[in-house]
Amino acid sequence: MPEFCGISLAHPVINASGTFDAIAARRVYGDALLADFPFSAFVSKTITPEPRAGNAPRRIWETPAGMINSIGLPNKGLEGFLAEDLPQLAELPVPLIVSVMATGRPEFARLVEAVADREEVAAIELNVSCPNVHSGLIVGEAPAETEALLEALRPLTAKPLIVKLTPNVADPAAVAVAAESGGADAVSLINTLKASAFDPLSREPALAAGHGGLSGPAVRPVALQQLRSVAAAIGLPAIGMGGIGSGADAAEFIAAGAALVAVGTESFRDPRAGSRVAAELDFTSPQGAAVQPALDLD
Amino acid sequence: MSAPFGRRLCEVSENHSSGGYRVFSLLDREGPTPLPGQFYMLAAEDHWEQLGGRPFLPRAISVAETGPAAAGVRLDFLIEGIGPGTGRLCELAPGESVWVNGPLGNAFREPREVSAGAAGAILVGGGIGVAPLALLRRRFGERNVPVRVLLGFRDAEHSGGLDDLFACCEVRLASEDGHAGHQGYVTDLLAAMLTGDDAGSAVVYSCGPAAMLEAVRALCAAHGVACELALESPMACGYGACFGCAVPKPEGGYLRLCVDGPVIAGDRVAEVTHA
Ligand SMILES: Cc1cc2nc3c(=O)[nH]c(=O)nc-3n(C[C@H](O)[C@H](O)[C@H](O)COP(=O)(O)OP(=O)(O)OC[C@H]3O[C@@H](n4cnc5c(N)ncnc54)[C@H](O)[C@@H]3O)c2cc1C
Ligand SMILES: Cc1cc2nc3c(=O)[nH]c(=O)nc-3n(C[C@H](O)[C@H](O)[C@H](O)COP(=O)(O)O)c2cc1C
Ligand code: FES
Repeated sequence: MPEFCGISLAHPVINASGTFDAIAARRVYGDALLADFPFSAFVSKTITPEPRAGNAPRRIWETPAGMINSIGLPNKGLEGFLAEDLPQLAELPVPLIVSVMATGRPEFARLVEAVADREEVAAIELNVSCPNVHSGLIVGEAPAETEALLEALRPLTAKPLIVKLTPNVADPAAVAVAAESGGADAVSLINTLKASAFDPLSREPALAAGHGGLSGPAVRPVALQQLRSVAAAIGLPAIGMGGIGSGADAAEFIAAGAALVAVGTESFRDPRAGSRVAAELDFTSPQGAAVQPALDLD
Repeated sequence: MSAPFGRRLCEVSENHSSGGYRVFSLLDREGPTPLPGQFYMLAAEDHWEQLGGRPFLPRAISVAETGPAAAGVRLDFLIEGIGPGTGRLCELAPGESVWVNGPLGNAFREPREVSAGAAGAILVGGGIGVAPLALLRRRFGERNVPVRVLLGFRDAEHSGGLDDLFACCEVRLASEDGHAGHQGYVTDLLAAMLTGDDAGSAVVYSCGPAAMLEAVRALCAAHGVACELALESPMACGYGACFGCAVPKPEGGYLRLCVDGPVIAGDRVAEVTHA
């Protein structure tokens, strides 16, 4: 039973923010989703202070062993989330982590206070891949911005604050160290890699927004190296993600220093990927390895 | 009835060519009987990620017909090979396995008025978009909903499914090259029909290329006739997880086509454009 920031979890596999909508999935699959929930904790899609419609289509483009997305964080905003979504997410059989993002410290503080106040919420993930409207800098790309944000948010709650690191920096470990000094409880990485594609026929950008973020197995080696350097630099637990599709992949992330792993894009291909990765991971652990040959016998 | 949670392997029972397209069948031992308009996310178990690394994601494919099988449900799909995903599905050999997630999405609704004298349903299909209309036509037939079927194809190489899926019934054809039926667009046939005096209470059901659907939507709006359009958009997941399948709403904002559709009432979509 892994223990993460004081939260005990049934296994070490959670979902990556924005890649599994438990409310929509329950409408599609019914209560079978709850009986066999694929993740040991549920991370919400990132919510923002005000509602957002998201970007104009086209929003996704398949790439070799991955995809580029520019979804644009569609969400109901803080009030809509608390009133409509949170009561439904509270029915899930696992602890709830809410991902939040804002473009200034006061707005971030409002989100964290309101979300942390709800007993259904076990932890908060800070999506810092956004500009600070006051400085113009992307918070998660500047160690000083990250540290200042954490210093502003830390006094607001005793609940775990997880900083979701962006991979689009030369030195992610420096940002992780700043998050730790600011008072974060954990980090998660990687978010998507900045990427673009063109339609070879029209020669226009493939996505309406012009660019997006790359995810899936294509990013896995990059994610592993960033995780490795981050884990070596801080004393906090890390949630590793980026192209995990099997227990063997998850074992690599644990070897690189992850306390937990998150499954993102693979859930699009296999809605129960989380359960599958957790089960496969059991057999790739040093203790579990002895069990595997018995399974292979017939 | 909900789709089984997760993906499952289903065996290919056959695959044959049909007017430039392919029709293949899967044996689904676990899933419920799908409704007309619903779709499945499909990926071949083997050799899905081919040379060059695509396809990576499963592909959304409408169910074209279904029926009871010895141990479960038979699912028929009509496929046009236009890229690596549909290309691989076209090649499926009997005995191979396919990852199946579904049935997903909503279904076409019945017209409110179903009496024998009513104008009933007008089905308008174009190209590969004829697929979901085959099952819809049979269902309407079984419920004594009067049905008229209008199908349009570019040319003989893009006229799949006619013999297999629409063999039993009267179909009015249009083809752009004139090889069969009216030379021109299927929407020419619809325009003529909608000016008939019984058109007001008809409901138009349509699936096909974006330009055709937009013409159908505009014609129906101009004649005050209700229509239901089966749309397409790029889909990574098919069950509401990725938010990739956004379709603009007339009042602003977006639908998620995989869970709010793929069948959308004509007055619930802004202009139909190619995403
Ligand atoms: C609800 C629904 C039902 C459908 N039903 C059917 C059906 O019954 N039968 C059927 O044949 N099809 C059906 N489709 C369409 C089919 O799912 C798509 O056309 C699918 O994307 C085809 O995959 P592909 O790999 O063959 O082609 P893709 O390579 O995906 O090409 C399809 C289009 O996407 C673009 N594209 C996307 N990514 C790339 C890329 N990386 N590189 C180059 N081009 C790219 C291309 O411009 C091209 O026009 C349906 C779609 C939906 C949403
Ligand atoms: C369609 C899509 C939407 C995403 N939305 C969010 C989001 O709302 N918030 C966030 O922090 N990360 C978001 N991500 C990033 C994922 O959480 C994850 O960091 C990334 O995809 C790498 O993991 P993967 O390769 O397993 O998908 C999104 C990724 C995808 C593919
Ligand atoms: S296809 Fe993923 S949300 Fe619709």
